Amino acid sequence: MAHLNPLPTMDAAEDRTMILNMGPQHPSTHGVLRVILEIDGENVVRIMPDIGYLHTGIEKTCEAKFYQQVVPLTDRIDYLCPLTNNLCYVLAVEKLLGLEIPPKAQWMRVLMNELTRINSHLVWLGTHALDIGAMSVFLYCFREREDILRLFEMVSGQRMMTSYFRIGGLALEPPIGFFDRVRHFLERFPARVDEYENLLTGNPIWGMRTKGVARITAEDAIALGASGPTLRASGVDIDLRRDMPYSGYENFKFKVPVSQEGDVFARYICRVQELRESNAIALQALDGMPEGPIKADAPKVVLPDREKMKTQMESLIYHFKIVTEGFAVPAGEVYQAVESPRGEMGYYVVSDGTAKPYRVHMRSACLANLQLLPLMCEGKLIADVVAAIGSIDIVLGEIDR
Amino acid sequence: MPLAPPVTDIEKLKDHPAIVRLSAAKSVVLEDAKFDRDEMTIYIGRGSIRDACVQLRDDPACPFNFLADVTCVDWYPQEPRFEVVYHLLSIPNKERVRLKVRLDGVAPSLESVTSVWPAANFFEREVYDLFGVRFDGHPYLRRIMMPEDWDGNPLRKDYPVEGFR
Repeated sequence: MAHLNPLPTMDAAEDRTMILNMGPQHPSTHGVLRVILEIDGENVVRIMPDIGYLHTGIEKTCEAKFYQQVVPLTDRIDYLCPLTNNLCYVLAVEKLLGLEIPPKAQWMRVLMNELTRINSHLVWLGTHALDIGAMSVFLYCFREREDILRLFEMVSGQRMMTSYFRIGGLALEPPIGFFDRVRHFLERFPARVDEYENLLTGNPIWGMRTKGVARITAEDAIALGASGPTLRASGVDIDLRRDMPYSGYENFKFKVPVSQEGDVFARYICRVQELRESNAIALQALDGMPEGPIKADAPKVVLPDREKMKTQMESLIYHFKIVTEGFAVPAGEVYQAVESPRGEMGYYVVSDGTAKPYRVHMRSACLANLQLLPLMCEGKLIADVVAAIGSIDIVLGEIDR
Repeated sequence: MPLAPPVTDIEKLKDHPAIVRLSAAKSVVLEDAKFDRDEMTIYIGRGSIRDACVQLRDDPACPFNFLADVTCVDWYPQEPRFEVVYHLLSIPNKERVRLKVRLDGVAPSLESVTSVWPAANFFEREVYDLFGVRFDGHPYLRRIMMPEDWDGNPLRKDYPVEGFR
């Protein structure tokens, strides 16, 4: 059974151990994670993550905004997968409203989400390998990430803070030539994954740094609330895209990579295979992209076309009302979970019937995954702490919110 | 797609695996239930949340073995003021259920579920930090997001969005 960290203070228990602060400004903590370590020589006796350095009160801010104004805030939570945050939030509000989304918007959402997943995993792979000491992988990964960011810029005008999904559909029609460029990228990408794997998978140094390190059993992972690749690497076969599909994922065929070992290497293998699966899903989305509108037929919720707004009185009225007063959402509550690159991302949105959300809560996959850290590191070597932190793929923006 | 009205009659909902399990357990006070937008919400008495969690986790037919989330909603100035919300997931059955506990506004506290799922550790600390709800039996109940010396609980509704300090 997994254990808790019941430590009231972090003082050295004996003279032979010492307290070491790692972070909050440490390159391997991926942001501002502070880790307090009690070490005995090279061995970690106790470890305690200390978070909150990036707390910005986004949940409180959401309560003061209209429903549509929350979308750009969600980008800032997890800055490596902004589109997954957008998707999770708009799905929750659409569920509250009972909106039906046209197929093209759904397929575009799937396409953009899988590109986001590739983007996020590339950043993870590059920085994780950099932490462990394989410097060149970083340059390879960021080469492809740059291509994806250019695609995001093409479709939404922004490289990172895209805010491309809107309640009821998408912000803009994808531009001419967008799908060709996505296809161009996706067709070359599997060969690029081969390049990363050539650098790492069979590399004996990589194997020694990752195999058998920071091992977690399936029971512990479930009890500590782990999700996503961290959970699947411990042999638990669950993927919300397949098991509780949303946004049309039931139309796609893909494998869910599962490993049994539960160590850093298993998490690496799971994510690298997910790169290939995401690539396959994105290709399916491209091939089957339906024609039709990109916004739901709900004039009180969805902003009208620019053209109509300028020529038709009724559209102008709706536009004015949505922008100035927002739209009322029927009272109720919804918990919408999606599979983010890091695990189960959930948005719990409570409405009291007004135009502003009464409460928005984000279930952060990283926050739960971070709780695995003491179990992974205690009794192990201090050098493996870096590998363990990297392997759970933390994003501090999402943890602290 | 018009919204169906929520089902609040507990008799109509008694086929749901979580309700079957909880109504069979004597130690669990089942206050209310609601089925809305395909999501099941069960209101549990303040004293029996831990028992309810143990019952649901150890249900052989449909084990809700994964604690996805713990959070809280402040209904100020109504009483009971706080609703602590638990989201459970059954990994084998792909089923979700939401448990809720209503708490009064004065010195709100309830039993911690960290002994059922260690995952509740950070979630409960966050609720304690941002709402001021105490979790009895939590091994390390300290602020997690805000600085240690912070006054007030930011996510309470009587705490202003702007203009504090």
